Amino acid sequence: MRILSLAGRRLAASIPTLFLILIGVFLLLQFAPGDTVDAMMAQMGGGDAATARELRKFYGLDLSIPMQLGNYLWRLIRLDLGFSSIYGKPVATVILERLPPTILLMTASLSFAFFFGLLLGVIAARGVNKWPDTLISTLGLVFYATPSFWFGLMAIVVFSIYLQWLPAGGFEDIGAVQTGFGRTIDIALHLILPTLTLGLIFLAIYLRIMRASMLEVLNLDFVRTARAKGLDETRVVVKHVLRNALLPMVTLIGLQAGTMLGGSVVVESVFSLPGLGRLAYESVVQRDLNTLLGIVFVSALLVILVNFLVDLLYARLDPRIQAEA
Amino acid sequence: MMDAVKRYFRSPAAVVGLLLLLVVIVMAITASWIYPRDPLALAGRPLIWPFSNPRFLLGTDNSGRDIAAQIFYGARISLLIGGVATVIAVVIGVLIGAFAGYYGGWVDTVLMRITEAFQTLPNFVLLLVLVAVFGSTITTVTVAVGIVSWPAPARLTRAEFMSLRSREFVQAGRTLGMKDIQLILGEILPNALPPVIVYASVVMALSILLESALAFLRLSDPNVASWGNLIGLGRDVLRVQWYVSAIPGIAILLTVLAVSLVGQGLNDALNPRLKSR
Amino acid sequence: MSAVDNPILTIDGLSVKLPKGADRSHALNGVSMAISADEIVCVVGESGSGKSVMANAIMRLLPGEVAIDGGRVLFEGKDLASASNTEMRKVRGAGIAMIFQEPMTALNPLRTIGDQIGEMFEIHTELSKTEIKARVLGLLQDVHIPDPVQAARAYPHELSGGQRQRAMIAMALALDPRLLIADEPTTALDVTTQAQILKLIKELQSRRNTAVLFITHDFGVVAEIADRVVVMQHGNVVEQGAVKDVLTNPQHPYTQQLIAAVPPLTAPPPRALSDDIILTLDNVSKTYRNGGFLGRGVRVTHAVKSVSLKLPRGATLGIVGESGSGKSTLARCIIRLIDPDGGAIVLEGKDWAKLTRDEVRRETKHIQMVFQDPFASLNPRRKAGDLVAQGPIVHGTPRAQAVAQAKELFRLVGLDPSAIDRFPHEFSGGQRQRIGLARALALKPDVLVADEAVSALDVSVQAQVLKMLHELRERLGLSIVFITHDLRVAAQICDLVAVMKDGEVVEHGLAGEVFGNPQHAYTQALLASIPGGDFARSRKPVTV
Repeated sequence: MRILSLAGRRLAASIPTLFLILIGVFLLLQFAPGDTVDAMMAQMGGGDAATARELRKFYGLDLSIPMQLGNYLWRLIRLDLGFSSIYGKPVATVILERLPPTILLMTASLSFAFFFGLLLGVIAARGVNKWPDTLISTLGLVFYATPSFWFGLMAIVVFSIYLQWLPAGGFEDIGAVQTGFGRTIDIALHLILPTLTLGLIFLAIYLRIMRASMLEVLNLDFVRTARAKGLDETRVVVKHVLRNALLPMVTLIGLQAGTMLGGSVVVESVFSLPGLGRLAYESVVQRDLNTLLGIVFVSALLVILVNFLVDLLYARLDPRIQAEA
Repeated sequence: MMDAVKRYFRSPAAVVGLLLLLVVIVMAITASWIYPRDPLALAGRPLIWPFSNPRFLLGTDNSGRDIAAQIFYGARISLLIGGVATVIAVVIGVLIGAFAGYYGGWVDTVLMRITEAFQTLPNFVLLLVLVAVFGSTITTVTVAVGIVSWPAPARLTRAEFMSLRSREFVQAGRTLGMKDIQLILGEILPNALPPVIVYASVVMALSILLESALAFLRLSDPNVASWGNLIGLGRDVLRVQWYVSAIPGIAILLTVLAVSLVGQGLNDALNPRLKSR
Repeated sequence: MSAVDNPILTIDGLSVKLPKGADRSHALNGVSMAISADEIVCVVGESGSGKSVMANAIMRLLPGEVAIDGGRVLFEGKDLASASNTEMRKVRGAGIAMIFQEPMTALNPLRTIGDQIGEMFEIHTELSKTEIKARVLGLLQDVHIPDPVQAARAYPHELSGGQRQRAMIAMALALDPRLLIADEPTTALDVTTQAQILKLIKELQSRRNTAVLFITHDFGVVAEIADRVVVMQHGNVVEQGAVKDVLTNPQHPYTQQLIAAVPPLTAPPPRALSDDIILTLDNVSKTYRNGGFLGRGVRVTHAVKSVSLKLPRGATLGIVGESGSGKSTLARCIIRLIDPDGGAIVLEGKDWAKLTRDEVRRETKHIQMVFQDPFASLNPRRKAGDLVAQGPIVHGTPRAQAVAQAKELFRLVGLDPSAIDRFPHEFSGGQRQRIGLARALALKPDVLVADEAVSALDVSVQAQVLKMLHELRERLGLSIVFITHDLRVAAQICDLVAVMKDGEVVEHGLAGEVFGNPQHAYTQALLASIPGGDFARSRKPVTV
């Protein structure tokens, strides 16, 4: 209960941040060459100035900027993100359609990076400066330096073009209409390469932080106490070191949620996944500023949500947090 | 200082990193001597495989441009964007982090709220917004990459300042009658800087990766020979002529690896306590 | 070497080598000693003597490249120095248990106390969960923890320092080990808590017949608890014997020097005090509020509560108290590193509590501070001479002149003037503290505030620094506010003493009177808690 109220308070504290972001990006977009109406006119294949004026008036774009901002925020409070002229649908609908692949991709990549980062980090720290450590640390450095989109392309060359094991892109096989289990398998197969591609750099980061934090915790006094009690090394690591060493890694997940969501823009483009990231890219190319602003809002919400979950997890792991509440 | 240099050269990985980085720097400097022609101009038959024609050692891309020349000129762009963006990010970060960490209280609250806002917004999405608004010339892209990269160095600087400002030698400085600016510049900053300098290598690595991703999506400056542009171009012929994408990717990988290795070497050299690990 | 009957642990020619690049090749050079069941042996020495290395070597818990390279450690007929890891694991905890200096870091912060004590039974016995739980409660009762049921459920950060150390002891004694190694177990504790823990160790030792190997730097603790004592210096045993013999009739010059450096509790005869009051504290208060959100749940801490004190010109006022008593906050209020909430701090007619930040900056040359930590109080990136010259330069002295003065000051505090070009890390702890003092004196202050200025130093270095303070005070006519937790140190240097508890001054007066005839119950308890019995109390004051 105390954990929940603590995390809840952090959540409430992020509301001003959210508004700060929206106001900032809204004002920023005022500098953009061309507005929604321009985009619309282009879509329609041009039109006269009078129509444009009519449309601007209809969308409230003839008002002063503070008025427009006020209108936007007021609509936002009622969860109305506006209308996308490019897709001909409300922005909220467009985004909701695109959300599932991104959330699936992020969850999968995070789990992959977390699990293997943890495992490799522990193995490296246990044999510090021996060959498994050198191998894992070197791999970590190489993964860290690999541009994700390039890794994705090369994975497509190897696994889709030459070996033909995995599909090269898309979220599911559109040709064969499948349901239930078959569809799940199909989507899973489509997500293997994107997951690896997006997760790779985070795997590198997590394994490095896990290794460093294991080495740090292994030097702490209570580990000596545990050894002085007669515990064997495996038990020392599992019972005393692991949970303490996990704390920095958990913090990092929260801090990097935004980076990961940003990474999905590129990865979704490489694998033609119909997700939020690809939508962001499309709306930039097509100058669909309403949708872009909506994506900013939703992705900030996602990051805040991830941080809320991370806070809950952290407080479960570390009893000292509750004392500070 | 000499100790730090000695410690740096004791690590083989750090030396390899430095050599790699030197190679990239030399490529950037000598690009216009070795390849005096415009790297984006048509040079020969399109899609020549690497090592099959001595004129084009690394082959040509889909529009018949010399890949090797683009790699050399791309080194320039990557180092330039990486370097300048890093300077922008670190300067903003240190300024904001120093003020927040030193003064605490409401100054800290306000500055950290802003930092949080930047971190809550996915950095690549912000980059897209900035590029959408200000266009994709090499200047705007560089500044945009710098602007999305400052929160991490700011947090690091703030943490250093917060721990240093309550240290006894800073209090001693205050009891001697030093002004805030003297304490910040003379006492705290020199002690807070080494970790920030080390972190700058991380910022640089990430900046190079960010720009290349942007270029791959064809949202960076199309009028310069950048590695990311070339990978994006090669995507169209990925099925057969995968080398067009593969070669510049390796160039990015090695450059970022070099920067990371140098950063790690600096870390071990500047923080000798951790070296024994 | 005194013969030991029926030894349970015999150390024979034990050597421990240090990694390459350390300041010496060996941490221990052929150390031999023994301990029999049913006795408490104190190993005493200053930092770097190798006493803690010996404790860890017995348990084979030496870090990384530090390794045993000679000698034997015989325990119950087995040589631990050459035992396998599996054999060692059976000895650790069950045969030999260990407690450490800092109970906060020695316990896992993420697991409950009961869980951590119970682990002893889990790994060494076949007891069921309910039996373990009952045993844990029994142990916590044994070490007199208030509310053992609650304590078993608590996490380390929820207990006080003394309770944590009790829990550590409960854990160590869980399996009735033959030998308990205690590595400075009371050094991090307040003096009253230390007295309780020492009493507890003694009580448990006599009840359970456990041999105790007690590592300490404090001869008071030795006098309080030891049956026999082993004195170490630079990795060698220089003297060992029954505690009475060593304390009253030390043979080795190093032991003699160490014992002579221990400050006795009795104050030297009082000096004449001036009627001219240089510094007056009148109802100084400082309150902290934190944790609150929109006015709810604010935690208020009264760090300093209406403190009124007077410092005569040329005198030394000691402010003593345990951690959390508010003495350091008060010191920082006086020098305006912290802004007091109320009251007046009058120095030479000026009320410092009312000065603005700018005025404080200008006036600061009248009052200077010497800090506790000789490592943290000097900027590691400045040369020693610059550190001392800095103050005058800030106040407008030309650089060349300030550096020349710095050289003078180096001579004054007993440092080589040619050392001004060296960096702080090239000096020892005592030398750094001298640099800190020179830095404070460079501004020619009227009042010097010394915050635990000798607490981090080894006892022999401490004695030297105190002696120098004595001399400088006479020579420069300094008025000093001397903050310390160590009553013995206060007795040596202070003319006046104020005892603080929970932010209040509970008693103050002439040092001789406060120490000789304490009026307040807390002062009496503090004095009674000082370890060492007659050794600490009846020795003649050191003449300086």
